[in-house]
Amino acid sequence: MTTIFRGLGALTASNSFDSKKLQLPSPRSFSERKASFLLVRSDGSVNLNLGSNSRARRAEQLITNAVATKADGSAASTASKPGHELLLFEALREGLEEEMDRDPTVCVMGEDVGHYGGSYKVTKGLATKYGDLRVLDTPIAENSFTGMGIGAAMTGLRPVVEGMNMGFLLLAFNQISNNCGMLHYTSGGQFKIPIVIRGPGGVGRQLGAEHSQRLESYFQSIPGIQMVACSTAYNAKGLMKAAIRSENPVILFEHVLLYNLKERIPDEEYICNLEEAEMVRPGEHVTILTYSRMRYHVMQAAKTLVNKGYDPEVIDIRSLKPFDLYTIGNSVKKTHRVLIVEECMRTGGIGASLTAAITENFHDYLDAPIVCLSSQDVPTPYAGTLEEWTVVQPAQIVTAVEQLCQ
Amino acid sequence: MASAFSATKFTLLNSTTPRSHDNQPLYDPLKSTTSFLGSTRKLCFTSFPKLNIHNSQRRSPVVAVSEAVKEKKLKSTSNLLITKEEGLVLYEDMVLGRAFEDMCAQMYYRGKMFGFVHLYNGQEAVSTGFIKLLKKEDYVVSTYRDHVHALSKGVPARAVMSELFGKTTGCCRGQGGSMHMFSKEHNVLGGFAFIGEGIPVATGAAFTSKYKREVLKEADSEDVTLAFFGDGTCNNGQFFECLNMAALWKLPIVFVVENNLWAIGMSHLRATSDPEIWKKGPAFGMPGVHVDGMDVLKVREVAKEAIGRARMGGGPTLVECETYRFRGHSLADPDELRDPAEKAHYAARDPITFLKKYIIENELASEAELKAIEKKIDEVVEDAVEFADESPLPPRSQLLENVFADPKGFGIGPDGRYRCEDPKFTQGTAHV
Repeated sequence: MTTIFRGLGALTASNSFDSKKLQLPSPRSFSERKASFLLVRSDGSVNLNLGSNSRARRAEQLITNAVATKADGSAASTASKPGHELLLFEALREGLEEEMDRDPTVCVMGEDVGHYGGSYKVTKGLATKYGDLRVLDTPIAENSFTGMGIGAAMTGLRPVVEGMNMGFLLLAFNQISNNCGMLHYTSGGQFKIPIVIRGPGGVGRQLGAEHSQRLESYFQSIPGIQMVACSTAYNAKGLMKAAIRSENPVILFEHVLLYNLKERIPDEEYICNLEEAEMVRPGEHVTILTYSRMRYHVMQAAKTLVNKGYDPEVIDIRSLKPFDLYTIGNSVKKTHRVLIVEECMRTGGIGASLTAAITENFHDYLDAPIVCLSSQDVPTPYAGTLEEWTVVQPAQIVTAVEQLCQ
Repeated sequence: MASAFSATKFTLLNSTTPRSHDNQPLYDPLKSTTSFLGSTRKLCFTSFPKLNIHNSQRRSPVVAVSEAVKEKKLKSTSNLLITKEEGLVLYEDMVLGRAFEDMCAQMYYRGKMFGFVHLYNGQEAVSTGFIKLLKKEDYVVSTYRDHVHALSKGVPARAVMSELFGKTTGCCRGQGGSMHMFSKEHNVLGGFAFIGEGIPVATGAAFTSKYKREVLKEADSEDVTLAFFGDGTCNNGQFFECLNMAALWKLPIVFVVENNLWAIGMSHLRATSDPEIWKKGPAFGMPGVHVDGMDVLKVREVAKEAIGRARMGGGPTLVECETYRFRGHSLADPDELRDPAEKAHYAARDPITFLKKYIIENELASEAELKAIEKKIDEVVEDAVEFADESPLPPRSQLLENVFADPKGFGIGPDGRYRCEDPKFTQGTAHV
């Protein structure tokens, strides 16, 4: 989907047809889902023309379905097999298992990943299949077992380190910052660290302040690491596989509330590109950038917005570090308005960095200042009502878009 | 300093631990507390000096080596601890370490290297005693006082000196510096600036060794990892966490504590509730050994057993080497806090002097041969400095290399291309 979109974006942005631009994205696109090549509108018509006429035509067209991906999956029949339905945590497990089958140096380390099967069941059954050493139950020593994972990665293994909750990785910050991120550089390129550090984070259901942390904002400054956030079963599996295959250290952020999302994913093998963002819903009026759980709040808000006559473009940035400035930039160049919806705290979050990056690179294309909706700078309270007010809710997103599009 | 020990501790020790041969209490509170630290007194806890490598029980007996070594030395010369070749190898390695570090000091004061430089003078016996027993595939993990560990492991003096000068021909291309000596070829895994940081990495390397053997079924995988660190680190959480994990999974690792009694200006006795670090091994289920770290032969004997145990699958060992650094903590440390009497005490036990004496007394080599080695080392070190001087400084284009093993990690730029494909990237001027 993103492939075609990019090519067309180039067409609309500048009238000259740059064949290089159209060709270059295609090698990357093989990693994306085949079904998503076509932009299928809800009424079944395939929209390949987003030329200058679209603005005039838009007023007449009624967009009934706010979520293009779902329409994509059902209408397009390029997938040869029916696919299978599973929950997001099962998709993560599937990805992990496929990679462990493929490469015997892939191993898992973490608390309760083995016999217990993982506190969110992501590693369920793996210890029985692969043994206690390959799916290692560690003692409660995050700093040390993360460091152990790094040492193992330096000497030839490909460990997947699980933080039972992302917040626990604060204890491993020393190893993640100093060793994981920096050793490839400090050793002059001699040692690579193909480690994957993953775990659930984000605000859950009244889990309290310490179990509701968003560490992506703390880790984003560390040089030498990549950060990705999954949001659907499809991209969870794809990103897990890509992260394991990557030679770089990757931190994969999952969300506690998304583990039970059910989705139909392809039977055939696929991986998602670690550096690319995902176009969730193309649109014209405003670019909404989001990731992880906030994607669902945004899509909920999008339904309301569509009914009110707006046409938001929703992009799941997926790659938190580095940002996919190409997809984002093309979108900004089209809509000229940006709303960032994130779960990080206001101060120093991913949204703050993204705002800076977009302003630096696409300032001329903006018709209005970038609006960034983040969580309150508050330790997440236990009380349900207070917790609800710390994170961004769909109603706030709708209000923000309305204000932005005045 | 005597107040560091309380009377109750002594009674506890005397009642629970076996006594030495002549039934003397192990710590005499009437004498200075440095009776444990700073002497070659007997520290035998079991009645046998036999070093049983095949004892794979969790709770192995604590052994001290001084008895074994003394007995061996009293026997005929055919029972020497080393052969002539080994002796010369050890001597050369220690002289290299000393000469190199002395040259580092000179170069630092001449402005050829900057930042924090931590010299190893006086501790050569530990590095040589342990590392000269390793194979090339075995791993060494060190701290910021890592020049000599790298040299002992086989990293050329040229590469280390260039690295210190910040030249691109250094072992880490000038990007690591004094505190980050890495060598993939010689399996030196660093070089870490924060104390304790390297211990989990060492545990990971040992884990890989075990993994290769048990999961990947590489039957001859038996690489041992040595983790070197100091007395200050032994109060750090990472130390204890890794002792636990290593003993739990019986990893092929040896934890070598270079107890030089000082963590910058903090005396070990002021920082540690129980200063006997070797005792912390049995608490986690591994043997804990204390050895005189100024005597390379004693260290070597202990090392043989510990490395042998690890290689056989017997699990980790904690070895506390009592040693001393003749210089300050780093070249920026005025070293005013340490008692000159203490410094003199250890200077008299210079490991190089001791080995030289041993070699000559036991007629393993002549004075001339040893002098020849010293001369050769002087030339090696001079050559290293020359090489480093003449090497080029890193160019601008090197700035962004090696940040990622896969440079796609810099992401996709606004123009749709990966930033690493931008020609300006290789010039080091790309906007990332």
